[in-house]
Amino acid sequence: MPANEKKIMLKLDDVHVYYGAIHAIKGISLEVRQGEIVTLIGANGAGKSTTLRTISGLLKPKQGKIAFEGQDIAGVAAHEIVKHGIAQVPEGRRIFAEMTVMENLELGAFIRSDKEGIKQDLKMVFQRFPRLEERKEQQAGTLSGGEQQMLAMGRALMCRPRLLLLDEPSMGLAPLLIREIFEIIKDINKTGTTVLLVEQNANMALSIANRAYVLETGRITLSGEAKELAASEEVRKAYLGG
Amino acid sequence: MELGQQFLQQMVNGISLGSIYALIALGYTMIYGIIKLINFAHGDIYMVGAYIGFFAITQAGLGIVPALLVSLVTTGLLGMLVEKLAYKPLRHAPRLSVLITAIGVSFFLEYTSMYFVSPTPRTFPQVMDNVAVNIGGLVINGQQMLILGITFVLMVILTYIVKFTNTGKAMRAASFDVETAQLMGINSDRIISITFCIGSALAAVAGVLVGIYYNSIDPLMGIMPGLKAFVAAVLGGIGILPGAVVGGIILGVVEALVSGFISSTFRDAAAFAILILVLLVRPTGIFGKNTKEKV
Repeated sequence: MPANEKKIMLKLDDVHVYYGAIHAIKGISLEVRQGEIVTLIGANGAGKSTTLRTISGLLKPKQGKIAFEGQDIAGVAAHEIVKHGIAQVPEGRRIFAEMTVMENLELGAFIRSDKEGIKQDLKMVFQRFPRLEERKEQQAGTLSGGEQQMLAMGRALMCRPRLLLLDEPSMGLAPLLIREIFEIIKDINKTGTTVLLVEQNANMALSIANRAYVLETGRITLSGEAKELAASEEVRKAYLGG
Repeated sequence: MELGQQFLQQMVNGISLGSIYALIALGYTMIYGIIKLINFAHGDIYMVGAYIGFFAITQAGLGIVPALLVSLVTTGLLGMLVEKLAYKPLRHAPRLSVLITAIGVSFFLEYTSMYFVSPTPRTFPQVMDNVAVNIGGLVINGQQMLILGITFVLMVILTYIVKFTNTGKAMRAASFDVETAQLMGINSDRIISITFCIGSALAAVAGVLVGIYYNSIDPLMGIMPGLKAFVAAVLGGIGILPGAVVGGIILGVVEALVSGFISSTFRDAAAFAILILVLLVRPTGIFGKNTKEKV
């Protein structure tokens, strides 16, 4: 099925966000369709993280609409957004370093009470990330950077999200690990989770995404099929190192 | 009495007093852990707890355990109310505004209590017979056993809640990183409210136990123990639960030893000398770590 015939899952319509007096997001409109990997690329400070944080409810938009599966979620508290089926892997991973790997994963399932389902998903996460199972009693802060990224992703999957928001999953990781993480993202998407991916590593992001948006100082300047953008002269010059 | 025995006796006294500091310090440290507020009204919450216990025994004729429970529940609710009215509206305000508000709440509780219960100290009723166990000259009296027993039970319950229940895990997560806790679906406002409830309930128990131990309560009784418990929390490492307990007990023991071997006039000085020393030598406290970020 061509992408544009799939059901729209997330739709942002002219969203404006302020940090105090700073107008960080100046009217963003974008959509994510069911089953897609959509990526948001752009330079540091373009507003990529701000956009994700607004979708997950950590920031409130001053203006504009955010609809998820037809429901208006703009301004809904972050702890309520999770219940709609949106999970976020935050920038810098933000694992609970002083708690065990297991406790981190349990917190990922905080909103659920179906013990059997949680057990199944835990198994699924351990299958995907075998190293987490080996280290499940270890304090999360003792994990390596790559393992922490895996834990952050596993933790987000524990709420069985329909939409996964990933904020800079490649940050601070060695190239080999980055490749591994992106393979996993592709795989998570194949098993039915829609992905909205924010990345500075535009090359990697465009290689796995269906569609992409380019963000520049709070505005979307380009959008289209990931392949087309990767080939476009403009994007190559600005984000892919020529 | 020979010196060694006197030393042991002061240790017993110190651990009893220290348990009370520990109960108050736990609330300080829990609240600091989650909203980074030094809740200067915490000592006054302890005072209100003592009065509720006092009236539960003298007016309602309750026994010691039911009176403790009544005080624990009522004061816990009061803690939640204070948080909701005074601190919650300041969630995004600078930390200094919240600190000043806490001092305001402290005065409010002290002088409102004076208005209703009069500033005159009250004699706490004798709730238990004067029993004492004598182990080879070492005397542990009934009140001390009560303090140690109840403190121990409360610590076990608190450890269980914090370590194993969902609420406890949410509390730890929120005190480590509120924002990410919210992304897990944790309602941080609710967790903050529960933290105030538990912290205030522990302080209330300490208040009633002090009433039983020293036989006297008054509306300003919370000032000194509040400050001492703050010292205990800093000594153990603020925000760290076992730190509050260890800090409280060390402080109690030091005070008892200073009173016993030097002079009780120097007792308070010793407590604050510890604070100065900790801040000079190891500001993160006994259990505190310098937090490093992994990139």
